[in-house]
Amino acid sequence: MSCNCGTPVDKLIPQTVKVVSIRQDTPDVKTFRVVALEGEELFDHMPGQCAMLTVPGVGEAMFSITSSPTEKGYKDFSIKRCGLLTDYLHSMEAGEEVCVRGPYGKPFPVDTEFKGKDLLFIAGGIGLAPLHSVINYVRANRENYGKIDILYGSRSKDDLVDFDEIENEWLKEEGINVYLTIDREQEGWDGHVGFVPSYLKELDFPPTSTAVICGPPIMIKFVLQALIEMGFEKTQVYTTLELKMKCGIGKCGRCNIGSKYVCKDGPVFRCDEIDELPNEY
Amino acid sequence: MYTIEKSKLSDLFGAISASCELYLPVKKAGQNNFTKYEAGTEYCDELKTVKSPKDMFFPQSENIVSFEKTDGKIKVTPDTIPTEKTVVFGVRACDVASFDVLDRVFLSEPADSFYKARRENCTVVATACSEPEESCFCSVFGIDPSEPKADVATWFVGEKLYWKALTEKGEELTKAVASVLTEENADGTVEAEKAKIKEIVKNLPLASLSLDGWDGDATEAKFDAPEWEKLSASCLGCGACTFVCPTCQCYDIRDYDTGHGIQRYRCWDSCMYNDFTMMAHGTPRPSQLQRFRQRFMHKLVYFPANNDGMYSCVGCGRCVNKCPISMNIAKVIKAFGGDKS
Repeated sequence: MSCNCGTPVDKLIPQTVKVVSIRQDTPDVKTFRVVALEGEELFDHMPGQCAMLTVPGVGEAMFSITSSPTEKGYKDFSIKRCGLLTDYLHSMEAGEEVCVRGPYGKPFPVDTEFKGKDLLFIAGGIGLAPLHSVINYVRANRENYGKIDILYGSRSKDDLVDFDEIENEWLKEEGINVYLTIDREQEGWDGHVGFVPSYLKELDFPPTSTAVICGPPIMIKFVLQALIEMGFEKTQVYTTLELKMKCGIGKCGRCNIGSKYVCKDGPVFRCDEIDELPNEY
Repeated sequence: MYTIEKSKLSDLFGAISASCELYLPVKKAGQNNFTKYEAGTEYCDELKTVKSPKDMFFPQSENIVSFEKTDGKIKVTPDTIPTEKTVVFGVRACDVASFDVLDRVFLSEPADSFYKARRENCTVVATACSEPEESCFCSVFGIDPSEPKADVATWFVGEKLYWKALTEKGEELTKAVASVLTEENADGTVEAEKAKIKEIVKNLPLASLSLDGWDGDATEAKFDAPEWEKLSASCLGCGACTFVCPTCQCYDIRDYDTGHGIQRYRCWDSCMYNDFTMMAHGTPRPSQLQRFRQRFMHKLVYFPANNDGMYSCVGCGRCVNKCPISMNIAKVIKAFGGDKS
């Protein structure tokens, strides 16, 4: 990590970046694209890794990096408005500056365990944000992976994050099946209606894929149950966890579950690894 | 081995502080704490300081970076990494051992630059505990208060201080203050003192604590144990234990508007507080039982799991002395059957 002057100081010191665009995805989710200042560089990351975003004087928090590492020159963060810092971020305009440090955490094993596998992505609401990076990494390296199924659900059509990209790119791409669902009937929606776990059971995917899930804890719980019923082993299922973080490097003592630090040993965990952790999540 | 008369300690402190900053136990406002030496400062020979010397390397609050915003542009200025050479005198064996615990956290990759610089710039002069007291249980963690392992080990016996360098840094400091020290073959005196201390330690009331069953693999056996409910029932969540603890190292990072910019600082925090893990959508540890359990599981199970079996407790007994409801790690260990007596 470097400061504006380019001298390595400490992992805790952020660098200034420019917010070049802000896209309103849903009523409470915006995607912020940041780039390095002229003459500087942004860190590299892998899908599933996170970064700390700072608005000086307002605060700092950890967000998953939504863009794929294959998209060069910028980082996207899809952020739901739900607290002090995210409130402020949502009030910002393109062209303003923020600070960023990272990347943090263990990425999804896209170049090892995932290679050659059929992949089943299951996301709920803003839970698509961390998977978005993996999905686009896999799309950019299509030859390394088998069939791709994406099951994505949200409260309503308006709450589906990245809907334009899903409609214009993912849905049109060969070898990718996208299944969308919303919780309740809605005018102008002729797709599936129902919760993600029950739609998952309806779709009855064969237990040969590697599953990657992210969403609210309650969704993860029922999706995991459904996958087990469908014959999946926990060693085939990956997820990404979220806890309060301050340092990002396993020192401030906040984000542990048992002996594991989510910032450093996670946020990506295989579900059999989660089983070994105390029930405190 | 070197010696100096106790009555001439100020010569020693003067010699040390001539070339660097010296910190030592000083009694101020009724409290013994590590304090910067100035001419005339008196060394306090009480067994324990109220706060541990951890803030030599991990200050209770320290600035790490500042932000200046002009015309929408943010200038980031990291605070300078400390370069002052320091000596800390009078550190007890338990506190010396606590530095090893802190090192495991702050020096593991990626190392904390602020901590690392302070640690490297400091020479630690330890002092054997002439009279360990009833709240002490360092021996349970394999620490010998008669023989502290620092850059320099010292013993107060009779009217003299006995001084022995143990590391290169210690040798250097010894050379720098050689003019006030007297070389003396005093091994016999020091050995007798060590034997006396060991005898006291053996008979301390908490010496029979046993860590059997506490290790990195104990999560399953201990996490859901019924003992936690009774142990934590009267915990006030005040965090006093974490602040006086030499190994507690959780920290917070916050911004402060100085009026001419934003100063980001980090400060000690406590896992005993309910907002410690609070996120916009809630906390995974909403009850005091969970927070209480977290602290002790971390010290006796999670930390050893990640650090080759090293416990994150050194038996200094500060929590035994300071907890307003008299709850402490020794009682936790005992409640789970860890008493050999």
